Amino acid sequence: MNVIINGERRDVAPRTTVADIVRSLTDAAGGIAVAVNDHVVPKADWAETLITENDRVDVLTAVQGG
Amino acid sequence: MSLPPLVEPADELTVDEVRRYSRHLIIPDVGMDGQKRLKNSKVLVVGAGGLGSPALLYLAAAGVGTLGIIDFDVVDESNLQRQIIHGQSDIDRPKAVSARDSIREVNPNVEVVLHEERLDSDNAFRIFEPYDLILDGTDNFATRYLVNDTAVLMGKPYVWGSIYRFDGQASVFWAEHGPCYRCLYPEPPPPGMVPSCAEGGVLGVLCSSIGSIQVNEAIKLLAGFGDPLVGRLMIYDALEMSYRSVKVRKDPECPLCGKNPTITELIDYEEFCGTVSDEAQEAAAGSTITARELKQMMDDNEDFYLVDVREKNEYEIVNIPGAVLIPKGEFLNGEAFAKLPQDKKVVLHCKSGARSAEALAALKGAGFSDAVHVGGGVLAWANQIDPSLPTY
Repeated sequence: MNVIINGERRDVAPRTTVADIVRSLTDAAGGIAVAVNDHVVPKADWAETLITENDRVDVLTAVQGG
Repeated sequence: MSLPPLVEPADELTVDEVRRYSRHLIIPDVGMDGQKRLKNSKVLVVGAGGLGSPALLYLAAAGVGTLGIIDFDVVDESNLQRQIIHGQSDIDRPKAVSARDSIREVNPNVEVVLHEERLDSDNAFRIFEPYDLILDGTDNFATRYLVNDTAVLMGKPYVWGSIYRFDGQASVFWAEHGPCYRCLYPEPPPPGMVPSCAEGGVLGVLCSSIGSIQVNEAIKLLAGFGDPLVGRLMIYDALEMSYRSVKVRKDPECPLCGKNPTITELIDYEEFCGTVSDEAQEAAAGSTITARELKQMMDDNEDFYLVDVREKNEYEIVNIPGAVLIPKGEFLNGEAFAKLPQDKKVVLHCKSGARSAEALAALKGAGFSDAVHVGGGVLAWANQIDPSLPTY
């Protein structure tokens, strides 16, 4: 299944969840937000949110600078 | 979504003010009404640093009547690359005072209120109280969660922005009408994972790219026009030169602004953000040497292996003689261990001691039990041992 993760096309297994994608990118438990097709998915829903073909997934990192 | 103006209009504008703000007054959306609302507005800017500098200058120029500035720090030479409200002659002066002087020059009509203290859980309610709107320009996660929680608990809107290297994010958090910072980022990243600008750098002009968005949103909220950045996260990439926004919903499970809140008062934010992780604190306890002790070890020709855990570009700016560069990341993923001698004491250092403490925790976990790190890092070395070295 083809999806776009942080702007790059990737092949992921069927029934991949948002939580799976986050785990494949980082070990960090906090400071991460995920948008699927330009809508942020609350962290509590990551494990149940399935990715579908051609979804655009953006994994964002909190930055602290000011 | 448009929202009603936050502030009632002032009675009138003086003749001088009409002249000064004429380019606003002739925009139909702003007009006399909008400008009078700005005149009556009270905005608190948290931090007179990278984001606070352009934000304060533009808020002042725009005619916001009262500007509060909270900052406990003094101007450092390394601030001047981006903190454009301060100048060469302001070095070592309090940032709040320096910012006030610049604002007076830009627009003497603005009343400036100084809060020369560190924002904390004890003073936050008192400091926020008189203001209509808060603009967050702080530089660390602990204060960012403190600003968020205070604003939500007081029912005040705030304009949030954060920056790193070439990347910026901005949003308006107003729990009454949309999500808060915790709906977006429920927890901070693990300590040490996301570098600060002091560790990772920031393109100077990025401060204005994001600070301007914050002021833009502040003005819209105060005067009540346009589509505010409530429920949307603006993401800016200066390398690609792209701005885009993603929608953020209020999280019904948010512990602060959700249906069943569990955070009903301010907490200990240093602890919440674990400014240095427990593992690092534990590893550093009893295994921290001073820069002077390091120098003594060198002078005594002790046999040890000195490792600089910063990044390559930092090493190129300044380094301690004899130090081998192995960035912290290699300690966290384990690659570093094979590069280290088994029969020598390992001494780690970084810029100021936080990253080397994290690396030390990983190193001790891998069995290097007599390893130590240098408290204060290369900055302490430059200050105490070799003042001819540059600092950053």
